[in-house]
Amino acid sequence: MKRSFLLYFIITITGLLLIARLFQLQVIRGADHNPVQNAAVKVEYTYPERGYIYDRNGILLVANQLSYDVMIVPKEVTVLDTLEFCSLLKIDKKAFKKRFQRAKNYASWLPSVFLKQLAKDDFAFLQEKLHKFKGFYIQKRSIRNYPIASAANVLGYISEVNELQTRNNNKYQQGELIGKRGIEKQYDSVLRGIKGKKYLHRDRLNKIIGSYKDGIYDTLAINGQDITLTIDSKLQQYGELLMQGKRGAIIAIEPKSGEILALISAPTYNPNRMVGRQRAGNSVQLFGDVHNKPMFDRGLQATYSPGSPFKIINALIGLQEGVIDEKIHFSCYKGFKYGGRKNEFMGCHCGTFGTAVRLQTAIVKSCNTYFSNTYIKIINNYSNPTKGMDAWNTHVKSFGLGNFLGYDLPSGRKGLIPNGKYYDDRNRYRWGPTTNISNAIGQGEILTTPIQLANVTAAIANKGFFYTPHILKKTNGKLVNNPNFTIPKQTTIDSKHFTPIIEAMHRVFKKGGTGQWSQVKGIEIAGKTGTVENFTKINGVRIQQKDHSILIAFAPKDNPKIAIAVFVENGGYGSSIAAPIASLLIEKHLNKKVLRKSEEKRMINLSLKSIYDQQIQQPLETAH
Amino acid sequence: MRTERNNIFQNIDWLLILLYILLVGFGWMNIYTTTLTEESTGFFDLSTRSGKQLLWISLSIPLIILILFFNSKFYERFSSILYLISLASLIGVFVLGKNINGAMSWYSFGGMSLQPSEFAKAFTALAVAKFLSDRQYNLNLIKNQIKVFIIIFLPALLITLQPDPGSALIYLAFFFVLNSEGLALNYIILGVITIVLFILTLLFAPSTITLISFVIITLFVYFFAKKDSTYLRFHWYKPLSIYLVVGLFIFSTSYIYNNVFYQHHRDRFDILLGKSTDTKKIGYNTNQSIQAISSGGFSGKGFLQGDRTQGKFVPEQDTDYIFSAVGEEWGFLGSATVIVIFMLLLYRIIYLAEKHTNKFGRIYGYGVASILFFHIVINIGMVMQLLPTVGIPLPFFSYGGSSLWGFTLLLFIFIRLDAHKSYDW
Repeated sequence: MKRSFLLYFIITITGLLLIARLFQLQVIRGADHNPVQNAAVKVEYTYPERGYIYDRNGILLVANQLSYDVMIVPKEVTVLDTLEFCSLLKIDKKAFKKRFQRAKNYASWLPSVFLKQLAKDDFAFLQEKLHKFKGFYIQKRSIRNYPIASAANVLGYISEVNELQTRNNNKYQQGELIGKRGIEKQYDSVLRGIKGKKYLHRDRLNKIIGSYKDGIYDTLAINGQDITLTIDSKLQQYGELLMQGKRGAIIAIEPKSGEILALISAPTYNPNRMVGRQRAGNSVQLFGDVHNKPMFDRGLQATYSPGSPFKIINALIGLQEGVIDEKIHFSCYKGFKYGGRKNEFMGCHCGTFGTAVRLQTAIVKSCNTYFSNTYIKIINNYSNPTKGMDAWNTHVKSFGLGNFLGYDLPSGRKGLIPNGKYYDDRNRYRWGPTTNISNAIGQGEILTTPIQLANVTAAIANKGFFYTPHILKKTNGKLVNNPNFTIPKQTTIDSKHFTPIIEAMHRVFKKGGTGQWSQVKGIEIAGKTGTVENFTKINGVRIQQKDHSILIAFAPKDNPKIAIAVFVENGGYGSSIAAPIASLLIEKHLNKKVLRKSEEKRMINLSLKSIYDQQIQQPLETAH
Repeated sequence: MRTERNNIFQNIDWLLILLYILLVGFGWMNIYTTTLTEESTGFFDLSTRSGKQLLWISLSIPLIILILFFNSKFYERFSSILYLISLASLIGVFVLGKNINGAMSWYSFGGMSLQPSEFAKAFTALAVAKFLSDRQYNLNLIKNQIKVFIIIFLPALLITLQPDPGSALIYLAFFFVLNSEGLALNYIILGVITIVLFILTLLFAPSTITLISFVIITLFVYFFAKKDSTYLRFHWYKPLSIYLVVGLFIFSTSYIYNNVFYQHHRDRFDILLGKSTDTKKIGYNTNQSIQAISSGGFSGKGFLQGDRTQGKFVPEQDTDYIFSAVGEEWGFLGSATVIVIFMLLLYRIIYLAEKHTNKFGRIYGYGVASILFFHIVINIGMVMQLLPTVGIPLPFFSYGGSSLWGFTLLLFIFIRLDAHKSYDW
């Protein structure tokens, strides 16, 4: 019996162990349920109203409207009159079967969205007859409504949280709406509020018996908070109007606070198109438009070479480094030869042939020769080009370039400001400032986004510091105080150097300057035009396109109230399109109305469609 | 011959048959409750799993008759052929089989699916019994040990390759059989130490465990050296090889765990060992089943009244997690009773096996008891989160034709053999 004794013994011991564990689980632990874990309790959610969004002057930009989703719990659906149901919902039988199967695949005992955002009239009809169709119920939700069709890129939109998120995460239910872009995304937690929970008792047949434990676990929905943006809606709409038929961006900032007054990306779209049942179709169309890219916020995400406005920064660095002053002069002979070889010649159209060009003239006439020399001097001010480049890099970055600015919107680009290591890694042989001389005039490797340039403009307007651009002004009527945005950031340039620069920028808008035709009576504007070379790769070949037209400006010169950057893709000279648009916006903002009606009309009607169409004929692959 | 047949009904062990019917019947009731949906379509609806299970159960009857038809000598004589057929079926499944849930474990024909691994258990048990009973093998001779290991190892290997390591695991049950037949207990002790080392290596860093084990080994060596001063001089290779083997084992465990096991294997171990408590993905099954069992309380919620079972909260509840349905609906009373009935079944099999005077029947009986024991303990242990998740069915309870027939085959061959124990060979 000895050998089987072991077996009996083992069986008995393990049997007892298992029973002991059973005892522990069932008798000792027993019934300590979490109400939601208990399968006999169902949770019903009430969704609060999403917060409204206003512009800085209290104009309503985003409101809510009610929407009704038809929800289904497949397990609870009994035999029904599909014909009647389909006609009430305005879908066909095939669609019904498909949606039913999809809901079953998700989970047959959990609710999922059967039909989204029922039309208001359909809702009334269905509501009457809904009791006939077991397993279906209507979930009320609020979706957005945009009284003013503007600022779509800033506001963003909301759409359903995706299935994967709902399955793995108890925070969201199927069909819930969350912000996907723009402000809706950035401040989603502020806008959405907190959903309310009602716990209901069900019997085995899933009929609701009543409130679970008299509702002690129930919670009320808490409405989302309203937010006020720094955007000036009238300015925003005006800018969007001026940018029709063109592609590009306009950013306007209030220099003394960093508040973003307007953030325009063109082409844009009517935000109401991304609401409700039509959103899916519109979304496909808008995202699929790879040429116009209306969903791409050019103000935040497009990286361009900054062009001539960047010369201002080089000038400031030169002054700070002490390698130039107001008196030093260079002579420009339609350009500047910076090296021994034939192609090492920087062309220039400043028109000062042979005469002495000093700082202010250089800015007003946008002389490449002057700035090339300045740049070389800056870099050579150090023991080797790498160190010089790094020093230059530090100066430039202090203006907020080459990195994320830190504003409160969910998209952006760092841009590119090269440093010593950048060129060390890319040059086999010794290199110097003449290797990358294009940096002097804002071309070359430098990449910036329009909002970065607008911020630089604000820094110049303030004579040496800036506030991080931001777009949230108030929450629930109370001003927001975020130290990220209220503490100024200093540039590395002493404020005394800004004075001559600003003088020169002012002269740009006087007779003889590149912005002379965009003067506004009664307003002292200071700015700099830019004509940016750009290329696209077509069939592997780098082809030059029409230059981008850009301008940075601020006004009034003393005590500036607005700093603005305008980019118009393929618009030609800075003075052609960017300058007039910028000056119109400045006039609008400071005077509240525009008197130069013919200029206004000209800009509105000017369309670059023919140029853009030409680009479409080839596959798109921009060099940036 | 005629006397054999006439005596069958006198000598069949009715207690075993009664226990079988109890388990199968109660098992079916639980499958019914887990697969019940709103559309109440009656017991025999073949589109539901409970209906299908009823079909398998009814088809077991002809199977049982068939098994009882052959006389016991048949099983003994043909055990090797049956074993080879089952090996062939395990190999063939790689070629002709269907891939379900990531494993090539099934033959599929005409809407039916058969899992050869379920049947291989019985035939391997027969083969082991035959092998050990043929002559008076001294199981302590290495060459005999190797031969037996191969018989057991081959089907286990083929099953692991499907891949279905869980099902292959139950072949460890044969250790009990071998042990009862004289295999030194050392092997089981060795096995236990291996498992303990394995678990400790996973819980703590390999280097720590190596250090600790080396210290322990050194202590032993010290003791031996004290008792016998020549130990170190003449037997130095013994501790050295132990150091080597232990060290190798610890590190290869760590390596295999991290590089050969799939992530979901690792996750299951982590949850079991308490290293992580993910109740949403990997640990979801066991968490749900524990909740279901717990909520049954002392007397359960009643047949068809378990809201977690009805709410389909426990995944795989009609197969691997069937015991959770028992726990929720029948409570502590019901579940403990089921365990007790299983224990009775095992006791009875061993008792009857003991009474066999011929080795073949006895060894086969131990095989049956061990295999059933393994399944029961691992399945119920897993459902109650005492063991990691291993996909092993609960005999007679879990849904599945192959599983039900496999166990029926296993048990009834024994009943058949047992009905002739009074005859000396």
